[in-house]
Amino acid sequence: MHGSPNHNPVSTIATEPAIIRGSLIALALTFLTLFLFVPLVAVFYEALRKGVAVYTAAITDPYALDAIRLTLLSTAFAVPLNMLFGIAAAWAIAKFEFYGKSVLITLIDLPFAVSPVIAGLIYVLLFGAQGWLGPWLTEHDIKIIFAVPGIVLATVFVTVPFIARELIPLMQAQGIEEEEAALVLGASGWLTFWRITLPNIKWGLLYGVVLCTARAMGEFGAVSVVSGHIRGLTNTLPLHVEILYNEYQFAAAFACASLLTLLALVMLALKTLIERQTARQRQIPASEETP
Amino acid sequence: MSIDIQGLYKRFGDFVALDNIDLTIPAGQLVALLGPSGCGKTTLLRIIAGLETADRGQVLFDGVDASRRHVRERGVGFVFQHYALFQHMSVFENVAFGLRVRPRAVRPSASQIQAKVKTLLELVQLGWLADRYPHQLSGGQRQRIALARALAVEPQVLLLDEPFGALDTKVRKELRRWLRRLHDELHITSVFVTHDQEEALEVADRIVVMNRGRIEQIGSPEDVYDAPATPFVYQFLGHINLFHSRVHAGWARVGGLRVQVPEYDDTENAPALVYVRPHDIDLLREPEDGDTTLPATVSRVSALGSVVRLELIQSPGGEIAEVEMTREHYAVDPLRAGDMVFVKPRQMRVFLHDDPKIEPLVHWNGDGDGI
Repeated sequence: MHGSPNHNPVSTIATEPAIIRGSLIALALTFLTLFLFVPLVAVFYEALRKGVAVYTAAITDPYALDAIRLTLLSTAFAVPLNMLFGIAAAWAIAKFEFYGKSVLITLIDLPFAVSPVIAGLIYVLLFGAQGWLGPWLTEHDIKIIFAVPGIVLATVFVTVPFIARELIPLMQAQGIEEEEAALVLGASGWLTFWRITLPNIKWGLLYGVVLCTARAMGEFGAVSVVSGHIRGLTNTLPLHVEILYNEYQFAAAFACASLLTLLALVMLALKTLIERQTARQRQIPASEETP
Repeated sequence: MSIDIQGLYKRFGDFVALDNIDLTIPAGQLVALLGPSGCGKTTLLRIIAGLETADRGQVLFDGVDASRRHVRERGVGFVFQHYALFQHMSVFENVAFGLRVRPRAVRPSASQIQAKVKTLLELVQLGWLADRYPHQLSGGQRQRIALARALAVEPQVLLLDEPFGALDTKVRKELRRWLRRLHDELHITSVFVTHDQEEALEVADRIVVMNRGRIEQIGSPEDVYDAPATPFVYQFLGHINLFHSRVHAGWARVGGLRVQVPEYDDTENAPALVYVRPHDIDLLREPEDGDTTLPATVSRVSALGSVVRLELIQSPGGEIAEVEMTREHYAVDPLRAGDMVFVKPRQMRVFLHDDPKIEPLVHWNGDGDGI
């Protein structure tokens, strides 16, 4: 091949015969169609099967609206909280040396490793009526389990890693030289954060926020354990879908599911956009290095 | 502003980075901290800047203790090896940063900032790049912008951490000449860290040679090159030949060669090392009377630009020595590989083996590139 190997990312030496290539692509496509695309279509198909009227009725049902509201509420708590925590943790891990750093990193990963149901159970054991803090909480008339605070807590727990995990490698790669330069030039720590650190991590942060939002809205297991499934009070959208489904209201269940799916698709689109943006940002500095 | 460093000590875990450093940097000088990596030079620079704190000791600016002053109140300019330009800001904004973050009361007006940045960009000859972003600049341009940014806050002291370390040789040479001219214009007390002896010799007024957290020698470039105080300085600056020898009653002996060393008059039969620079050696066709030469065989001749380098094998010991001479000198009597010659050092330095200043590990032809 005397052409222009530089412009051809796939080297010819590693290229398989057409038949192998074709069957591999077919295999991947079949898999994706069966397990991802068909279910996606099915959700919308089932949702609209009994007509638009049933669909709108299902999603404007007062309980559904309450569920939507609660889902948005817990997301609205979880995302900013994890944003603060994520930035703080990533800042500490990437820019300072301290004792117990690896423990902190492991702890951040814990929600990935632990089943969400267990996460929910931990909260029940802690805050439930029979839990460690139960008597004290009852005494002071604070309700966490089977109430909104429990749902928010569970959502925060399962979404802890998303933003921190995104920021840690980014901030580690960036190092602290720009911050040091700003300090030497007389900027305060606060100014340095707003003018130097934050602009440098904004795309990574946004990416983490999108992932965190998607997860917070879709969380089922942990929330299910602490919720108590009280309609109109402690039902999030995923729990509402389950209830409807268990009551054989398939069209309504799928209607609500389609809402969640739509939200997920929006997040996916946002994620792709951000990825494209960061890729462009990273590409420019690498493309030149001439005196 | 003059800088006084007194008894500075710093360790990272078990590693002693600075071991009781005392150093005075007179106002207006350009001083190089020279040494191999890990010798503590960057740590010293960062402590002067306030980016690092010492475990013990003081840094005085014009006689006033600055140890407790925060980095942003020290009034220093710092230039980083990898530029540390603010990636998301234009060149103009980078240079203006130090002015913009001042408290409102002392912040210049927008038009003053505009004018100041323009002047600085002209000073570094990059006025036409004001609207570019750092990633659109070459390495040399970036470092000049970093310098303009550091100068914007009118520092009393300019600190440069391996400022040319990330650049290729040609740009590096250009930039260091340019830095020297700039310093002659501005006369800011400046300290720069380097591991490149050539850079230090060419640019600095004074060189501080450091090794293992200690200062080996302080002096002008001529001092440190012509009169190295320690074996380390000898090896680190320039190439050397090293011969094993014995010193007895004021005489050092290397094979058949005898040299008088009056400073060791009272030494009795002690092992020693003799250091000779490759260009401090004459090669003779015939031996001289009086034990002043060593027989050797030429094993390789290579012409390197303006000099010719000859590799010799000493006849008895088989040790290899290097000799450098100008092309003209070589042309008078061109030697070939295999020729028998007599080595006559014009200048040499003898250090006793048990001299505490001797490094336990010495390289044979310790080349002074200082990696």
